[in-house]
Amino acid sequence: MDESIFMSLDKDIVRNIANLARIEVLEDEIDSIVKELSNILQFVEQLSEVNTDDIIPMTVVADMKLPLRADVVTDGNCRDKVLINAPESFDGFFLVPKVVE
Amino acid sequence: MTHVIQGNTGDWELVVGIEVHAQIISKSKLFSGSATNFGADPNTQVSLIDVAFPGMLPVINEHCIEQAIRTGLALKAKINLTSVFARKNYFYADLPQGYQISQYEYPIVGNGNVVIDMHDGSTRVIGIERLHLEQDAGKSLHDQHHSKSFIDLNRSGIALMEIVSKPDIRSSEEAINYVTKLCLILQYIGVCNGNMSEGSIRCDVNVSVRKHNEAYRTRAEIKNINSIRFMSQAIDYEARRQIDAYERGLQIRQETRLFDPKNGETRSMRSKENANDYRYFPDPDLLPLTLTQKYVDAIKEKLPELPDERKKRFIDNYKLSSYDACLLVAEQSVADFFESVAKGRDPKMVCNWMMGDFASAMKRMTRTIDNPPVSADNLGELIDLIYKNTISGHIAKEVFLTMIETGKTPTEIVIEKELKQVTDSDVIEVSVDSILESNTNKVIEYFNGKDKLFGFFVGQVMKATNGKINPVILNEILKKRLESLKVLFNEDNDLL
Repeated sequence: MDESIFMSLDKDIVRNIANLARIEVLEDEIDSIVKELSNILQFVEQLSEVNTDDIIPMTVVADMKLPLRADVVTDGNCRDKVLINAPESFDGFFLVPKVVE
Repeated sequence: MTHVIQGNTGDWELVVGIEVHAQIISKSKLFSGSATNFGADPNTQVSLIDVAFPGMLPVINEHCIEQAIRTGLALKAKINLTSVFARKNYFYADLPQGYQISQYEYPIVGNGNVVIDMHDGSTRVIGIERLHLEQDAGKSLHDQHHSKSFIDLNRSGIALMEIVSKPDIRSSEEAINYVTKLCLILQYIGVCNGNMSEGSIRCDVNVSVRKHNEAYRTRAEIKNINSIRFMSQAIDYEARRQIDAYERGLQIRQETRLFDPKNGETRSMRSKENANDYRYFPDPDLLPLTLTQKYVDAIKEKLPELPDERKKRFIDNYKLSSYDACLLVAEQSVADFFESVAKGRDPKMVCNWMMGDFASAMKRMTRTIDNPPVSADNLGELIDLIYKNTISGHIAKEVFLTMIETGKTPTEIVIEKELKQVTDSDVIEVSVDSILESNTNKVIEYFNGKDKLFGFFVGQVMKATNGKINPVILNEILKKRLESLKVLFNEDNDLL
């Protein structure tokens, strides 16, 4: 069994994951997070012990299909509600710190 | 006929793959019931789902699924009966969810192809890698304020199809023809309006270069190109940049670049350097999309005629050249106009009129086929008048201009201006005789071998009759008349 996935989890990977997820992680927290995440991966990794060749992944327990909607306008037109949590808005727009390439 | 780019170290080959993002025409969004109209007031077509409030769940729009399948079928592609929606995670101000719902490992459409028509009349097949459904992002306006960006989420969640080509494109001309043909197909099936300026179609272009018969080298991705001309410029610039780098012993990094239309250059998007880790995973809010073959077949049954099929029918049924057929089908409404005029008439004649006087009038008046200079009925009537020998082709050009000016029907104009062609042989004979009689010197010159004078006689008769004589009948009578005179001339060496 390939154990490389969780064994390779190091401080740099944790820093990168935290950055991608926009979660601030202090330097003295990193060691414990490496350990916690490794534990989680190891736990999940147990599934690799089962041979799943030729088995279709089970996506839902109940016999359900993806519900579909007709192409009808039923929503929107509620700008006040949409903007209610915006720290800053103007003239119907959200205002955010300038992000420009 | 392989396209090559010359470098200092020899010839290079261009390798291009294109991702086209096409907005699906729908009343409501892919996963919410908000409207999709272009140009609405900011944030008025936004629901709490689009803005990703807690507890909101996406429900898919069936029409959008059907349109993706129709597009797949039009691209002669494999429709996958099971496909899966995945989250593509990244942070940006115009993406409130923090992820885009897209499809990753299991797209709804697999391998297909697009046949492109080249300038020299040849065709090439460009492979389609896949087509998947995804959400559009909102819009950021950066020029409204010195330190703030304005965000409008009206576009957020509108259904997009990402159509990914194989790296089969070998020149910027092929790239232009590919995108043009793809847009045409989308318009024919009514899935997307193909409007690049409104952003209904956007392209990302993957460009690399290589030596002949080499494996693919590292590619650069040029993002968010919104015109076909810019795409072609971006490809040519990028190819040259990469060749220059290799020839100076440098390497090309796999990176995302932006095209700057102001100076025609591409530049690195440094912010994207670490962002390409999208951590895709299946969206737990959405079950896999399963289709039945019966459903797909029923959609296929109702698919309209596609550009390639229409072109073939124009060649087979109307006996048009491949060139003419290509021009006509390149715009759906032009082809429709042609067919409505050509019904029961000589197709080649209709085609010539459309490509000739009609097209130049349209250009001169900056009209489109949806607001034509003359109606299909009137153009057809004009062609009938020529066909029935009521007027000559020459007079018809004059009538056509009067039709545009006055809006009258060709028949009205012909009656009013007394342009009806003279086909009565007796009348024509009289005109011919009078011209020949008053030009005896010229007639003798003609008999002495100056054949060109035949045209002179035709011109004189036409002039005397305001061009109303049927040229075919005139030619016959004139020829006959001259022949009988020649017999006399040879006997007497004198004209009467």
